[in-house]
Amino acid sequence: MDMSQIKDTAKQDVDVAVSVRGVSKNYGDVEALKDLSLDFPRGELTSLLGPSGCGKTTLLKIIAGLLEPTSGQVEVNGKTVTGPGPNRAFVFQDFALLPWATVLRNVAFGLELRGVAKSERESIAEKYIKDVGLAGFENSYPHELSGGMRQRVGLARALSVDAKVLLLDEPFSAVDEQTRRKFQEDLLALVKNENKTFIFVTHSIEEAVYVSDQIAILLPRPSRVSEIIRPSGFRDKPVDQIRRDREYLDIVDKIWASLRNYVE
Amino acid sequence: MRHRSLILKFLSAVIVFGTWEIAGRIPVSYAFPTFFESMLALVNLTLDGTIFTAYAETLKPLVVGVCISTVLGIGFGLWIGLSEKFDWLFSPIFIVMQAAPLAALIPLLVMAYGIGLTSKVFVVCIMAMPVIVLNTSSAVRNTPSSLKEMGRSFLASDTEIILKIIIPAASPIIFSGLRLGVSAGFIGAILSELKITPTGVGDIITYSRSIADYPSMYAAIFSIIVLAVLFLNLLEKVETHLFRGNVRGYVSD
Ligand SMILES: Nc1ncnc2c1ncn2[C@@H]1O[C@H](COP(=O)(O)OP(=O)(O)OP(=O)(O)O)[C@@H](O)[C@H]1O
Ligand SMILES: [Mg+2]
Repeated sequence: MDMSQIKDTAKQDVDVAVSVRGVSKNYGDVEALKDLSLDFPRGELTSLLGPSGCGKTTLLKIIAGLLEPTSGQVEVNGKTVTGPGPNRAFVFQDFALLPWATVLRNVAFGLELRGVAKSERESIAEKYIKDVGLAGFENSYPHELSGGMRQRVGLARALSVDAKVLLLDEPFSAVDEQTRRKFQEDLLALVKNENKTFIFVTHSIEEAVYVSDQIAILLPRPSRVSEIIRPSGFRDKPVDQIRRDREYLDIVDKIWASLRNYVE
Repeated sequence: MRHRSLILKFLSAVIVFGTWEIAGRIPVSYAFPTFFESMLALVNLTLDGTIFTAYAETLKPLVVGVCISTVLGIGFGLWIGLSEKFDWLFSPIFIVMQAAPLAALIPLLVMAYGIGLTSKVFVVCIMAMPVIVLNTSSAVRNTPSSLKEMGRSFLASDTEIILKIIIPAASPIIFSGLRLGVSAGFIGAILSELKITPTGVGDIITYSRSIADYPSMYAAIFSIIVLAVLFLNLLEKVETHLFRGNVRGYVSD
């Protein structure tokens, strides 16, 4: 009784956009996730950090409604997820671009499926193509682009449908370091300016600490949340000050210390 | 690049026809005319209009059969590819059809449908359809699941996933099935004219062989091959036009 009251008040403090409750997922004999619970506050960026194969993509797909959990449930804005919805957009780890469609059509594809008229969706797509730095490549085909460029097409496609929750599966893994830093700054601006909830998978500890309001550390399979870290001190500092901030460096060290046990 | 491929094509034509000419001159067989004799016969057949009336006849079962095979074949292929149950039910039929010795089946067809157009259309379909069905169904089944997943996550309906993702993704293999099917359809059309009733181009072949006019016989055979190649090229043009991003450079042209 008391416990549940404490939980409720805690919930009122932070407005939760996505809430994962006791989710387990088995692939045959493989237990990918085991009784995982995690809340994603609205308007914030939460990173999922964990060793390869621990189930980050699986969790993201369950939130997206693409996979059914073996048990447990996911709520988005208080409603249980039963399938994909317009309030969530996915950036895929393997890009998932249509090889027969131009960049423009690929970026506009989400809008096309929502029945937005051609001229309108193309002008929206053009804006996001420019935002991700691909202006001039509108009429190229995916096989004519580099890996990093393809990844940005997937990013633009997810941004253009204007969903409230963005699920990003290692969205910067294939871009070069310079672009990556630029994107991280853009991402910070995006989080600040738009009231969207970002769920962000990354392998980079530095990246996670740099962009996140909340970092969830996942254990290897079967995966649960081992720790939640909320950086607070440096979020309002100018972006070029963050990397030399004391707290930033401490958190990076702390995460490394807890993850290194799992690296053979 | 374009230029070079043209030169190469020309070169390969010269080699093939040159060999033919030489083989005809040796001669390898008294029944094997030279290239130029055959071409001359082709010109004659063209000038007196024989070839046109012949094709008017031959193209009927060919076009009807190929159209039926394309529509039904792709339809069946999609169906089989999309549904486990239909795969289980129908795949064996088409595999048997593909393996069946057609010449042995022709008497049965004639018994059932007579010696008219119907039987010939059937022969074309039996030749053309299985490979179209089997290619389509395996292409559909092999659509990358990440693309289907992407479609679902952006709220595509089942129909949209089929029309906008599965079919375009399967199109290169569907088209290669079509190419094989159409070639087989040509063989079927001629076979039916040789085995059922001699009409059209099959008639030219049978008749000129019976009067030992071998140049005309080879002219007729040559014209079929040319037509088939032209048609396959047309098919490839259609494909590149429809699905530009799919071009990875392949086949005949
Ligand atoms: N379709 C599937 N069938 C069977 N097992 C699967 C399937 N998808 C994932 N798995 C298993 O589930 C586990 C978690 O996979 P997942 O893709 O979620 O990992 P991840 O954390 O995203 O890894 P990475 O960081 O390498 O992308 C893996 O061990 C994998 O073997
Ligand atoms: Mg992953």
